[in-house]
Formats: sequence, structure tokens, C-alpha cells
Amino acid sequence: MQISGAQLVIKLLERQGIEQIAGLPGGAALPLYDALPGSNIKHVLTRHEQGAGFIAEGMARVTGQAAVCFASSGPGATNLVTAIADAHLDSIPVVAITGQVPSSMLGTDAFQEIDTFGLMVPITKHNWLVRSAEELLEVIPAAFRIATSGRPGPVAIDIPKDVQNQIIEIDEFPEPGKAMPKPQPTLADIEQMKAMIKDAQRPMLMVGAGIIQSGSSEQVVALAEKLGIPAVSTFLGLSIFPHGHPLHMGMLGMHGSKGSNIALEECDLLIGAGVRFDDRATGKISEFCPQAKVLHIDIDRSELGKLKTPTLAINADVGPCIKSLLDSCEPNPRTEWVERIKWLNEHHGIMVPSEDNLFNPYGLLKQVASIAGDNTTVQTDVGQHQMWTAQVYPFVRPRQWSSSGGLGTMGYGLPAAIGAALAQPEYMAICISGDGSIMMNIQELDTAVEHNLNVKVIVLNNAHLGLVRQQQALFYKENFSQINNKRTADFALVAQGMGASGFDLGKADDPQAMLTEALSTPGPVLINVPISEEEMVFPMVPPGAANKDLIEER
Amino acid sequence: MSQLNSRAVLELTVNNHPGVMSHVCGMFARRAFNVEGILCLPMQDKQRSKIWLLVDDDQRLEQITQQTLKLEDVLAVEQYGAEHPVFDRLNAFVE
Repeated sequence: MQISGAQLVIKLLERQGIEQIAGLPGGAALPLYDALPGSNIKHVLTRHEQGAGFIAEGMARVTGQAAVCFASSGPGATNLVTAIADAHLDSIPVVAITGQVPSSMLGTDAFQEIDTFGLMVPITKHNWLVRSAEELLEVIPAAFRIATSGRPGPVAIDIPKDVQNQIIEIDEFPEPGKAMPKPQPTLADIEQMKAMIKDAQRPMLMVGAGIIQSGSSEQVVALAEKLGIPAVSTFLGLSIFPHGHPLHMGMLGMHGSKGSNIALEECDLLIGAGVRFDDRATGKISEFCPQAKVLHIDIDRSELGKLKTPTLAINADVGPCIKSLLDSCEPNPRTEWVERIKWLNEHHGIMVPSEDNLFNPYGLLKQVASIAGDNTTVQTDVGQHQMWTAQVYPFVRPRQWSSSGGLGTMGYGLPAAIGAALAQPEYMAICISGDGSIMMNIQELDTAVEHNLNVKVIVLNNAHLGLVRQQQALFYKENFSQINNKRTADFALVAQGMGASGFDLGKADDPQAMLTEALSTPGPVLINVPISEEEMVFPMVPPGAANKDLIEER
Repeated sequence: MSQLNSRAVLELTVNNHPGVMSHVCGMFARRAFNVEGILCLPMQDKQRSKIWLLVDDDQRLEQITQQTLKLEDVLAVEQYGAEHPVFDRLNAFVE
């Protein structure tokens, strides 16, 4: 059959099971968009390409499946870059497809020409500049194979316009690309791990996104219960343990509880399962878990020994490791250690002062969770609101939680919530944001309205870049610089201007009733909640300090 | 060349197509791995190339090797000591 490069791309994406693509067309992507009508794929037109990248990320994070975004050349591609970098730092399988100027014009500084291949090199697992339509037969399946194999991550495919237009003759379509088999632990690995855990008096689990990726959250909770091993979560590992689990100490690190950081000081074995020992989690790494042997399990060989020298390193998918340990280890209640953990949680957990006060960040988040229930996905932007959410939001299942961890990208939340709502319409997609972050991609509210998505945006509005203000207050002698945004927009009105429902709790006679009404209003809703700029995220470990040197309060 | 004692030579077998050098050199640059010398030539079948890298033999070498192996177009990485002749002979051209 005869087929153009562009038609081939769309056909191969359909065969990969792609049902929705977020993107924005332009000159160099016109053939791709010409091939879209009539396909089974629903295209979601965004207002900015960065929104398209984050929508794809939002879809991929809640489903675990690779998701696709489209953009044109030049500014289209550069606008995607931040979202692709975000996916790279958090190991999210996103396939970015960009149009490029015709091959004959490459390197001539043509209109909207930029070295997209070069831009994408450091922020993808792999990327291509496609030289012929025939190459697409290999590249598209390879893109999905690479994005989803081992430790997932983004890939980028740059396709010159003439390659999109090139007609080729093919006999059949290639098989869709799928993830390669994952590395498995050996019997010797399992025996070594068992012996190490058996010898430990005070073991701690540090659970990360690798566990969510391997689909073994339930097993890791069961293992913790069977062997009396308490756990801390990395930022991206939140939601592995259901909120309030007695063995769970919440997030560790910069804004983790004092109790979790004390437990890590005391433990004699640290089991890092699907984690990469990020500096925000470990603090000053030479002083992290000073008494502990380290068992590090990760699917990515290069993470073993990168930052923390393990006593025992296991290069394998964490899922089968946990399952084998669960099946073969003798139960051990470790009563004394577990009691110690419960005492630490009780006395040095995150203190929620006033669950009834809607204008206290913790109170607001607790109320939102209580009204919205468990059939939600929870996205955040980046800043204080994000850390408060990470500290106290009552997650009940893996992949309920989606936030920009490694890159810390303001503007992630709203488009990611749109992606979540598109991929999982059965859940309410909540976006917890701030007055700083929401402005970075607020235009996508218009996209949410177009598709009438169940997206609820909650803006914790302190009229400041709160986390910057906090650091200037704590570490720069209150020399406040460029953090005041007193003339904030009327966000509720902005939402209404785009056709969404907008509420302002600051203007409510009965804020509780308004919050309930807002969260029950169908379609996209924005809720502005004024909070004090004096509110801070505590505890806080000063950047570069050891976790034990955390600041408890002002 | 006494400083060669603290050097190592990595021999990479890679796919021979455009962009491979970008992926290899970009990774070394962004991870701040020092490269003292580099040589790349296609193999006889033209499908693959060899890249030789002269690098510091310090505690980061293992991490460098592991990161290099993660690159999609890198098929194999062999590690040699500084006695590997490839850069010694090339020195004649730059002296």
C-alpha cells in the first residue's frame, strides 16, 4: 500500500493504542495534522505547547502508559522542552513528536528552524531526527519500546516536513513497540536480601516511584506488615502506603516529619526500593542514615552507587524482589522498633493545627479531601501548596498523586490535571495550586472548558511566591526581594472569563458551604482561597544541611 | 607521559548513524565527566562505529561507564588501562 510519512505516524500511533494526543499545529507539522481527521485519535488542542507536554505527562502519570504530544518546529518545539525535561527528571513515558523544516533547508536558519534534535538530547532517554519515511517504521515502535522499558522516560521524534509528505510503498505495518522484559533478581540476590533483613534490628523501607512503576505497592505494604519494617516515602513514592498506615512515616527529607528523620538516624538497615537518593530526600548525603547498612534495589543500574554507596546493590525490577521476600521471609513483628515508630509518629508527625479552619493550608487540604472523597486524582503545582499537600493529603491508592518532583516545574499542575481528567474521566482531577504557579499555565483552563473536563483547581492565594518568601525569611534575614504579588488577578473572575466556574472563598459568607458547592459543580472549576503569607512549610531542612538539623518552627 | 597512570581508555561500540556522537558527547558534558581525548571511526561493516575515549581513572569511572551503557546507540563498553596504544600513537599528530 502507498502511504505518506504523516499518515504512517498516525497509523502507527493508533496501533500503539494511543487514543488521545495533546498538541498545537504549525507550519512544519501541517502534514501530520492533515493526516489526523478521520483517525480514531482524539486530538486535544492546547493554548500553549507546554500545556500539551504536561497533558501528556498527566495522562502517563495516572495511567502508567506512554502518552503522546505534538508540536510544530521552532517555538513549538522549544515550548515543549520544559515539559519533556520534567518527564525526564521524573521518569515519565512521554513521546514527543515535532515537525521540522524540510530536510533540504536544515541548517540554513530557515523560518521556525531550531536544532530540536540538539535541544532534546539532554532531556530524553533517546531521540531522533528522522531522515526518511521508511525510518518511521522502526522509529515509532522503538520510541514506545524505549519510553516504557526499564526505567521509563521521555523520547522525542523530530520529523522534517518533506519526510511527513514522502509517499512510500509498504507491505504491512510493523508490530507495535512494547516494553522489554525487566531485569529479575537472582536466587542469590533474594537470599542475600533475606539474610540482611533478618539480621536487622531496626530496618526502614524508603519507597519510591519504582514501586509504583512496578505495580507492587500492595506487596510492599504487606511486606512491611509481615516483617515489622516501617517506611518513609520519597516525594514521588507518596500514595504507595495508604494515608494513616501505622508503619508509614510519610515523606522523608526537606519537608518530612521530624519523626521520619529521627527514625532514619536510628535505623540499622535502610532498604531503598525504587529510589534514587535525591538530595531533597537525603539532605547532606554523608550524614544520611549514619548507622545503617544500605540495601538498594533499582531497575536502573547507574543509580546503584551513584550517590549512596550500598552495602548490597540489587539491579532488578523492585516488584519481583518484594514479592519473593514477601513469600519467603518468616514473619517478624519487631515489636520494640514498631512501637518506637508509632511513638515518633504520634509525637513528631506533621502537626495539623486546625482541620476546621479553611484558611489554614492544612485545614483547607483536609476539607477538600473530605468533600471530594477518594475518587480523585491529585495534581499540584510547585511551591508551599505542593509541600503541604505532600505532607498531609490522605492518598488511598498508587497513581492518585501526580506532581513535578525532580524538575520542580511551576505550571505543571493544571495541564497535568487536564491530562488526568482526559485519561480517567471517572475521577475528579484536583489541581492544588498557588497564585504564582497557576499563572504559568492558566491559559489551559480554556482547554478544560472546551472539553468540559472534571477539573477542580484550588488556588492557595497568599499573594506571594511563598516558598521563595519562606527561604528569604529563614535564610536571607527577611530581605524580601521580588516575592510580592499583591495585585494578584481576580482568579475566580479569570476562570469565569474563560467559561469555567469561579469561586472566591474570601468573599463567601459561608466558606464551607461555598467549598462544598464548588467541588460539586460539574465541569472545570477554580476556587480561590486567600491564605496568610506568614504561613510556612515546617519542618524544613536548610538546603545543603543534614536532615537531622531541620528547623521545626519559626 | 606520567599522568597517564591516572587515565583509562573506554572503547565504545556504537551504531553508526547521525546523532550518535551528540548523544555520547552530550552525556559526558552534562554529567561533567572529563574527556581528555576522543576518536571515532566507522567499523568495516559501516553499520557500527568505534569510539575511544581517554578519561580520568577515578572513583567516577564506574558511574561514567554505567551512564554510557544507558545510551540507546551504545552497544558495548570496554575499559582499558592507560597503556592502551590508541591515544599514544595519535599523540604524534598533536606533538
